[in-house]
Amino acid sequence: MSSLQTPPLSAGQGAPESSAVRLVRILLPIIVLAAGVAIWELVVRVNEIPPYVLPGPGAVFETLVNDWPVLSQSLVVTLLTTLEGFVAAAFGGVALALLFNQSKWLEYSLFPYAVILQVTPVIAIAPLLLIYLPQQTAVIVCAWIVGFFPVLSNTTLGLNSVDRNLAGLFRLYGASRMQTLRYLKLPSALPFILGGLRIAGGLSLIGAVVAEIAAGSAGAGSGLAYRIVESGYRLNIARMFAALLLLSAAGIVIYVLLALTSHMVLRRWHESALGKEN
Amino acid sequence: MAEPAALSDVDTRTAGLAVSLRGVTKVYDSGVMALGPLDLDVRQGEFVSLLGPSGCGKSTALRLIAGLSAPTSGSVGISKPAGQAHPGHSIGFVFQEPTLMPWTSVRENVRLPLKLAQAPATEASARVAEALTLVGLTEFADAYPRELSGGMKMRVSLARALVTDPDILLMDEPFAALDEITRFRLNNDLLSLWRNLRKTVIFVTHSVFESVYLSQRVIVMTSRPGRISAEFRIDTTEPRGEDFRTSADYAGYCRKVSGALAPSHPGKPG
Repeated sequence: MSSLQTPPLSAGQGAPESSAVRLVRILLPIIVLAAGVAIWELVVRVNEIPPYVLPGPGAVFETLVNDWPVLSQSLVVTLLTTLEGFVAAAFGGVALALLFNQSKWLEYSLFPYAVILQVTPVIAIAPLLLIYLPQQTAVIVCAWIVGFFPVLSNTTLGLNSVDRNLAGLFRLYGASRMQTLRYLKLPSALPFILGGLRIAGGLSLIGAVVAEIAAGSAGAGSGLAYRIVESGYRLNIARMFAALLLLSAAGIVIYVLLALTSHMVLRRWHESALGKEN
Repeated sequence: MAEPAALSDVDTRTAGLAVSLRGVTKVYDSGVMALGPLDLDVRQGEFVSLLGPSGCGKSTALRLIAGLSAPTSGSVGISKPAGQAHPGHSIGFVFQEPTLMPWTSVRENVRLPLKLAQAPATEASARVAEALTLVGLTEFADAYPRELSGGMKMRVSLARALVTDPDILLMDEPFAALDEITRFRLNNDLLSLWRNLRKTVIFVTHSVFESVYLSQRVIVMTSRPGRISAEFRIDTTEPRGEDFRTSADYAGYCRKVSGALAPSHPGKPG
């Protein structure tokens, strides 16, 4: 058993794998990537496609290195927005779910609006928000709108999935509402909350990007999405690709971090995080 | 005649009743009459089994005694010894499933009732350690429930029920899901705990053999609605052990109790 196991990124846990199969699983996507990049470079060279139509991967990488000062600044801006939106979504979603759990009236009154907020495309809401809120706030609100719903619905599901016998046990021993919440409901809901956070992480990035594109204004505080739009206007396609690459990498890092956190928190007890020995 | 002496010893020491049900019925929201009317007295320190087929209301009766659900009519009386602040302390409940919190250790699971009662931490730790010793799980205190076998989980559940030092121990088919070897061992452990701690035990089971082996009194119930159809005193040499399990006495009681169960089988009206 290697102790440095990658967290289960996919939900499916197959039969025990031999190390050869594991190696293939890691190697295959890398080979596909290498082949894709090679074909891309080849197509660009053979057809002599000009860089303002399609730059080769080499040119994209070059731009990434050369424009790093600009791009890294934008990356930080976007990541900060995402983080703020994510934190707001996490706390907002959990807090709202707890409120709903304590009061049915509140749930009946507000839940439909949470759904409406979720099903209305955020790109359509963003321009309105930008009218009424300062730009930075509007961008964070967008990230929050997209991210909070999965946290809310997952936490609600978790709070309602408490083992009935355990709930009976708590009643038998005269547990107060707060005690039941703290010692029973929240720990029971934890795997669900973490699942919601995992989805919210990626969605917060999407929300941030959507809002940045809608905002579309220049300045020191412009994020990666803005860089993409701006580079598009300037036909700086290589920089568009470079910014896209960074966004994608940011998304992957966010997902892996959240999956890893979830795995670390649950690994001692929850089915989803248990090893294959059972 | 050793056996009446052993029994009367219990009688004199604890004259009072621990549990007293009078005309108790339970009708579910669906309109199904689950129980009763039921009259039942359990003396303090007594070991009583409720025996019957599934759906005969024996678990319902237990949940009523525990206060986990309210009777539709009738009264449920539980003796509360003077000087006990928390009523929940006088009852320990062991469910059919171990019903442990999977996210925390054995020690914290056993500590739960004390934590909910906001007992002082040092006192609680001592009592948790004591309860774990009673069920022989001291060295597994830091394990998580999923790391334990079914029998061990049940022991944790038992330790948790005992940690508040309750007067009454309610057990709802606690060993039904275990293999026979484990069940026999837990039966013996439960008997010795009962002998040493002198709790009142009400034990729900659908096993004739288990009920006869464990209890001083077997109460046979019939279904729809759940009622008491027969009652048997199991008078035998105490303390019981594996000898009793293979004795003619035991086989005789089992035959008698099985005979009382038979009329309640489906196919025959009433």
